[in-house]
Amino acid sequence: MAQATKTIDARGSFCPGPLMELIKATRAAEVGDVLEVLSNDAGSAKDIPEWAKKMGHTVLYVEEAEGYWKIAIKKER
Amino acid sequence: MAMRIVVLGGGTAGTTVANRLARALRPEIRRGAVEVTVVTDRDRHWYQPGYLFVVFNERPLEDFVRPERALLLPDVGMVVDAITRIDLERKQLISPHRHYPYDVLVIATGSYPDFQSVPGLAEVTYNFYTPEGAERLRDRLTTWTGGRIMIVQDVPHKCPAAPVEVTLMLDDYFRRRRLRDRVEIVYTYPIGRVHAAEPIADWAKQQFDARGIRYETFFNMEAVDPKRQVVLTMDGGEHPFDLLISIPAHKGAGVILNSGIGDESGFIPTDRHTLKMIGQDDVYVLGDATNLPISKAGSTAHYQAEVLVKNLVDRVRGLPETHLYNGKVACFLENSLGDASFITFDYDRPPKPAATSELLHWFKGMYNDLYWLTARGLM
Repeated sequence: MAQATKTIDARGSFCPGPLMELIKATRAAEVGDVLEVLSNDAGSAKDIPEWAKKMGHTVLYVEEAEGYWKIAIKKER
Repeated sequence: MAMRIVVLGGGTAGTTVANRLARALRPEIRRGAVEVTVVTDRDRHWYQPGYLFVVFNERPLEDFVRPERALLLPDVGMVVDAITRIDLERKQLISPHRHYPYDVLVIATGSYPDFQSVPGLAEVTYNFYTPEGAERLRDRLTTWTGGRIMIVQDVPHKCPAAPVEVTLMLDDYFRRRRLRDRVEIVYTYPIGRVHAAEPIADWAKQQFDARGIRYETFFNMEAVDPKRQVVLTMDGGEHPFDLLISIPAHKGAGVILNSGIGDESGFIPTDRHTLKMIGQDDVYVLGDATNLPISKAGSTAHYQAEVLVKNLVDRVRGLPETHLYNGKVACFLENSLGDASFITFDYDRPPKPAATSELLHWFKGMYNDLYWLTARGLM
């Protein structure tokens, strides 16, 4: 599994939500960085891959842990 | 010697926490065992949610500003000075004029829209996140004769529901002025729905569809061409506008960026329950200044202040700090100039918008004046 450059703990975030935390972190990251989001919002497992694909980033994994999801993307552009 | 509790910042978070502390620690302050001092770079206090009502000419800007000294209790000291650096090692705040030592520091330095974050944006945008921006937008709308108004936003920004509110209020504003058929309202959002919180997105989408408000999702601003009046998005799209209202990404305060104690945007790593700065036992952070993944909003600061004050009082009195912040936030959602919804949520419970009603709008209207009691630590 790719080593995350940065892990964003967005558990407990409903508004603005985990994806918005990821967008913020993506802006500050370098191309090639791996960003991992922790989320307890079930919607993230769908939202984050959908956004990443649309923006041209690679989804590395979507995993369910104990009561939360771990989702990682690689910044491609 | 007195324990010096210094609150850096005189906005909602700083003022509320200082006043609540002064009330709770009155005996200690009166006998000289504790000092509470607010250090702020401005002597006026703005109620920022009021700007929305300025934009639509419902209330004058003067309704939403008070002298900071008049809001602070007499037991709270106040210093107006522009702090340029926080020295955690020597436990002092530094300005070009002097140093302010502290024993306990509460950082409440807020967040600020960065209109320079997107090339070309600052030259052409209108906004409702600053007092002068709200008046300028109000004046533009009063002389508006028609065209396309585009609402664009980036993260993080304070009051995550405000862009939806301004959109819905624009619709009602132009209907009331019998101009709605000449105005195209285009709302945009960076992800695949109209708001990140799904219940709010569902609520807003229903309103947009019913009221002929256009929306574009996956809309990620890259640049603005002020001459051609076009927003350029990351997917290569070009989106023309006649009037652009933007809510750009926010940054933490300059003093945080300058002190190197925040993340790349100037937000301070903070424990989500104790509100202590990570790795610091004597420094607390609240309101917009934290890096917590929750709404940057006055209500967040208010609920955090309630928890923080209990812990600080216990700390002063030699008791363990046992109170934990549960992530609580509460927001009104204006649906028009005459009705509103309301949401409340925390780390464990997602928001669920209440049925819209005139009553909730009235309550919001009353809160615009009741706010001064919150800042005084009374409610």
